Amino acid sequence: MTSTIRIQAEGFEIAAEAAALTTGRADIGAVIAFTGLCRDEGGRLSALELEHYPGMAEAELARIAAQAEERWPLMGLTIIHRFGKIAPGEEIVLVLTASAHRRAAFEAAEFLMDYLKTHAPFWKREHLKDGTVGAWVEAKSGDDLAAERWA
Amino acid sequence: MKLVYFAWVRERVGRTDEDLDLPDGIATVADLVRWLKGRGEEYAYAFENEAIVRAAIDHVHVKPDAPVLGAREIAFFPPMTGG
Repeated sequence: MTSTIRIQAEGFEIAAEAAALTTGRADIGAVIAFTGLCRDEGGRLSALELEHYPGMAEAELARIAAQAEERWPLMGLTIIHRFGKIAPGEEIVLVLTASAHRRAAFEAAEFLMDYLKTHAPFWKREHLKDGTVGAWVEAKSGDDLAAERWA
Repeated sequence: MKLVYFAWVRERVGRTDEDLDLPDGIATVADLVRWLKGRGEEYAYAFENEAIVRAAIDHVHVKPDAPVLGAREIAFFPPMTGG
């Protein structure tokens, strides 16, 4: 299976990443793309800053991807997560899953995002419109519940 | 042993990483946290709610009862908020 995992400061092109999964293949029947974007939280934020644990972030995403590969008949998988300062409207994360049929691709993409949010070592901090540095974003219990349903 | 800290745990401790010689009797991550809390106010503040702070040994998530023997790098950080 084609598996791509990247952690990078720069943005990404969804169409190019999807093409990289499917080009030259005729067996893939479904590609699901999830893109997570930076919100401005009602005009409050100038940016989100993403800190990560280099080394572990890559390792943990690889472990999560391996679990998805074991559970669903995937033909391709891409995870890209950005770090650094990200402006509202810009993308933070991309998950692509490819399979012969849609159900596996949908389910695997949801699983990947649920696990990524609760297990991958990334932390968000708010930067406010008035130029000050805001609070660290708190983890949501709903995210833990979302991840637990796959156990 | 190398310790690394992230996000508000890093800010409270006041450093990104450090190399420490652990005294005898520290068998688990929980033992290590207890020892760190006795080292100064910054550690006591970072670990004031021990149940919240997460740990990883050599890039793998671990629970407080995980043994520290043989660990190269132990990380402490808040619950994750990526994605």
